[in-house]
Amino acid sequence: MFASFMTNAWLSGTVVALLAGAVGFFVVVRGASFAAHAIPNGAFAGAAGAYLVGMNPLVGLVSFALLSALGIGVTSRRVRNDVATALSLVAMLALGAAFLSASLIYEPTINALLFGEILGVSSAQLWPVLVLGALSVLALGWLYRPLVYTSVAPELARARGVNATLVDVLFLAVVALATALTVPVVGALLTFSLMIGPPAAARVLVARPGLAIALSVALSVLTVWVSIAASYTFNLPIGFFVGVLGASLYLAARVFARRRVSDSVTYRA
Amino acid sequence: MSWLFEPGWWANGTVRTALLVGFVVAVVSAIVGVFTVLRGQSFAGHALTDVATAGGAGAFLVGLAPLAGFIGGGVAGAGAMDAIGVQRVKGRDIATGVVLGAAMGLAALFLFLAARDSSATGTTQLILFGSIFTVGPSTLAQVSWLSAGVLVALAAIARPLLLSSLSVELAVARGVRVRWVGLVFMILLAVAVGMSAIVIGAILSTALLIGPPASALRVARRFAVGVVLAVVLGVVATWLGVLFAYDSYYWFPSHRGLPVSFFVVAVVLVEYVIASVVHRAAPSPSVAAGWS
Repeated sequence: MFASFMTNAWLSGTVVALLAGAVGFFVVVRGASFAAHAIPNGAFAGAAGAYLVGMNPLVGLVSFALLSALGIGVTSRRVRNDVATALSLVAMLALGAAFLSASLIYEPTINALLFGEILGVSSAQLWPVLVLGALSVLALGWLYRPLVYTSVAPELARARGVNATLVDVLFLAVVALATALTVPVVGALLTFSLMIGPPAAARVLVARPGLAIALSVALSVLTVWVSIAASYTFNLPIGFFVGVLGASLYLAARVFARRRVSDSVTYRA
Repeated sequence: MSWLFEPGWWANGTVRTALLVGFVVAVVSAIVGVFTVLRGQSFAGHALTDVATAGGAGAFLVGLAPLAGFIGGGVAGAGAMDAIGVQRVKGRDIATGVVLGAAMGLAALFLFLAARDSSATGTTQLILFGSIFTVGPSTLAQVSWLSAGVLVALAAIARPLLLSSLSVELAVARGVRVRWVGLVFMILLAVAVGMSAIVIGAILSTALLIGPPASALRVARRFAVGVVLAVVLGVVATWLGVLFAYDSYYWFPSHRGLPVSFFVVAVVLVEYVIASVVHRAAPSPSVAAGWS
């Protein structure tokens, strides 16, 4: 499984995992899971649209992911967040369905977009992944302070004059960027699993933001490595392993945390 | 009227079944959706479509009836979300997300195995996107019975559910068992969503569950009016969507029509924009006050 044709899979998978672990932490803390689910679906529609007009799918992925993020960020100022996200999501999916029916895309291409095809990542695909990944990490570093501020103490942030809406839209844009490059690797559906499972587990285990992000990234990388190895060994889709491992990590963390709490209670008694 | 209704519209059995099934699903989605939107459970409502899809794919794989798989998967997912903590507002987002993530992993596996083990193509799209034009008359009967069941059960818990949706504290003070009411509602939501996901696809399931109720709640001043308005908006969107999809076959020289989901969602969004404009022109208190 470490043969030369697997190099791209390991490299792109690791980049994607690093990114999803870091971005996902803020998704979990900010309660933005629904947006993190909607944006990859928007990206999927974009890829379908790009195929239709014969463009580079990555252009479609990035533009539609950003469009979804903007739609959610802007409309959720007026209505409740979850309704805004749901409406943006169905709008994007309906466009995607129209694009799919108008173009004649080969079924395996659709499956690869939905569920990922990490073993099929070419060297030409690797470069955009690396560049966009670095961009997202830079943006996240730049947004770090206001993000932590508005996530952990929204009232305090508002009192200090931090523009919460702007931070929200910028953050969703980062999610969109991260999504756009994750989709071709692990698929639209599993991008989400990777952004929720490992970060949620880390958050249950550790309270301090810096430490929790580090743990989240570590768990996410572990998830992807194990999934690549398992996918290669059993010849099953990588998305299955990412999805199930992510959820299992969270459940294990919950059980562990509860035991720790009950232990400390016993000690105190 | 021939400019509006393309040839064969009135005599087409498939169209008639689609309109009937669309009507039933739109009514149930709108009524269940009003509570979903009021309770802020849109994410769960959407996630359950994907969870139900995983169940449907699993059923397809082992040769069970897809409808049983969709509903079984949805109910199992609702139970799992409840166990993880969908009741508390703070943990709701995570609980839904974790269950959704796991369900998508399973869907990936089931669809992969189904595609590998059968020569039938298009299973993925059919299961994920569904089509109202592929509904048979026997499905219509099953869906009608299930819908009636969901509505009766919902009517039975409507009062405590509404109370606990608007104010948990007030409901607890009145002796409502908020947790149980919430769990029963989640299961009804799962059945409604699983049913609509298999008949009209996951996209439309969410669109009809959230869109018409959200529009109705923006303009209605009373709860009952909101429910009726949501039903009307949902049915109108569905029927117009089916009509446009049928007509679109004649719009392009290639005779490749556009999908129903595209048109229904377009109508739902237009309705929402109109409702927002009306709402801004005459801001309505009461129901919307607790909501927006």
